Amino acid sequence: MGSVTETKFEVLNDELASKIDKILSENAYDSTKLVGILLDVQDVVPKKYVPMDVAAYVAAKLNIPLTGVYDVITFYASLSEKPRADHVINLCKSIVCKTNNYMDLQKSLEKFLGIKVGEATEDGKFALEYSACFGACDVAPAIKIDQDVYGKLTDEKLIEIINSYR
Amino acid sequence: MSKSVSLITENYNKYNPDSIDEFINIGGFTGLKNALNMSSDDVISIAKASKVMGRGGAAYPLGKKWEQAKSVPGDNKVVICNADEGEPCTFKDRSMLEKDPFRLIEGMAIAGYTVGAQNGYLYIREEYRHLHPQMKNAIKQAKEKGYLGKNILGTDFSYNIHVYSGAGAYVCGEGSALIESIEGKSGRPRIKPPFIKQCGLNLLPTCVNNVETLAIGTALLTHGAEKYLSYGTSDCPGTKIISIAGNVNKPGVYEIPFGLTLREIIYDIAGGVPGNKAITLFQLGGASGKIGPPSLLDTPYSYDDLHKVGLVIGSGAILVVDENMKPLEFLHSIQEFFCHESCGKCTPCREGNKQIAHILDRLLAKTQKDTDVDTLIRLAKLMSQSSFCGLGETAQSALLNAIRYFPEEFGLK
Repeated sequence: MGSVTETKFEVLNDELASKIDKILSENAYDSTKLVGILLDVQDVVPKKYVPMDVAAYVAAKLNIPLTGVYDVITFYASLSEKPRADHVINLCKSIVCKTNNYMDLQKSLEKFLGIKVGEATEDGKFALEYSACFGACDVAPAIKIDQDVYGKLTDEKLIEIINSYR
Repeated sequence: MSKSVSLITENYNKYNPDSIDEFINIGGFTGLKNALNMSSDDVISIAKASKVMGRGGAAYPLGKKWEQAKSVPGDNKVVICNADEGEPCTFKDRSMLEKDPFRLIEGMAIAGYTVGAQNGYLYIREEYRHLHPQMKNAIKQAKEKGYLGKNILGTDFSYNIHVYSGAGAYVCGEGSALIESIEGKSGRPRIKPPFIKQCGLNLLPTCVNNVETLAIGTALLTHGAEKYLSYGTSDCPGTKIISIAGNVNKPGVYEIPFGLTLREIIYDIAGGVPGNKAITLFQLGGASGKIGPPSLLDTPYSYDDLHKVGLVIGSGAILVVDENMKPLEFLHSIQEFFCHESCGKCTPCREGNKQIAHILDRLLAKTQKDTDVDTLIRLAKLMSQSSFCGLGETAQSALLNAIRYFPEEFGLK
């Protein structure tokens, strides 16, 4: 039931650095692409976040101040400076999903995962977070696991989908 | 007979969105070819004749916007396509990115030619990140076939399109915040003037158009303004892509002629309310849009008719809320959204949203103070008059209309 307990301060290793280099090179080391770069970088970091040493690495490679990187990480909802999980499950709680009773979906999710919204499973596989509207109102109530959107779910279907990420 | 139509959405499900050849086979890029065979002033005349209003929410006339963008001095200009549709219940632009990506590219190229830009930027919200590869592929193919890049179709016109991603910030739908984001920064709005049409992305003159607006541009240049004008009513011609959701049987994206009533849209197109429940209210244009009571359901869906009863088309979202939810619960939910999405730059929006949320909490719990409703109205008006950007200005649209149409909820009757 606990939250993720990643305590290592140094996440960057040679393997991760080369993955980040590839992302930076695909974006031609263009610092105006920082928002998209950080999203891609976050995806290749275990537990889907931007650790400080990674932020510093990106800043140095793009030749911009570290504060500029943190300006972006801390502003945008889809970027995290704290470790999350292997897969982030976003539960939409916007008005359209509310009219379609997302609260029942939340109960099912919390039951299957054994955690509350805002927590991560002990094995670090899943984090469950609230989200603003991601434009899947036609299939509300909806969840987004990483980049994949699912809606109009029965409990059976929900279990099947979650298990497919294990 | 179906009441929906197919003009801007004419290509939906007609071709494989990964294949430029299939797009060209069904007449793709005819609009761009036609545009390149005329002067940019002629393109502007067509846009003006069609009376198309911008579809991002502010309803600024397209012809006027392009004319102004063209007349701004400068050899280096920028077109931005705003694909950051973040208004809850709005997912019409998603359908265009999914089903007709080449039409959007064609529209961006037409816009670039018209205003004299060399570069187009497509800013797609992070929530649609799964659609980025398809868009990038479409741009790559268009470049290979000579519809983008240097000397397009053998003319002097050269133009490239770049894809940028948002990262989950509603405020980035605002033009200047979006520009900050494309410059690699946090998305907080800029002070105006200078206006972005004169000094926008990288300090260049910038023309920002919505996805649907650009898709209409393609239709106008492909079929002519007359075709577009043949739909709708004489006062409000044309078609609109709507996204309808909430408590309806068939939520989804539909293209409709202007002038259908809200009742026709909700019952004939979207299949009515599940279980035939009564409608408590509806909201047009997303969370920042206005709400109306069921007594207004026979209002025609047109700019003027809606305006007369205090409603707006906005983004084209139509949210239907049935009797299971009361107006105060509804307001409470969208207030949570604005508290989360306010960027915090200006005090009226940052603090106003918080204080209004507190008061709504008390009204729901029936623990309100005597002065609460007065304070609520005062703050809502203050926010709309003194906020830094459109987010704060429109955040209380629903609340102000609720006070007008549901006064009993606030003990005002």
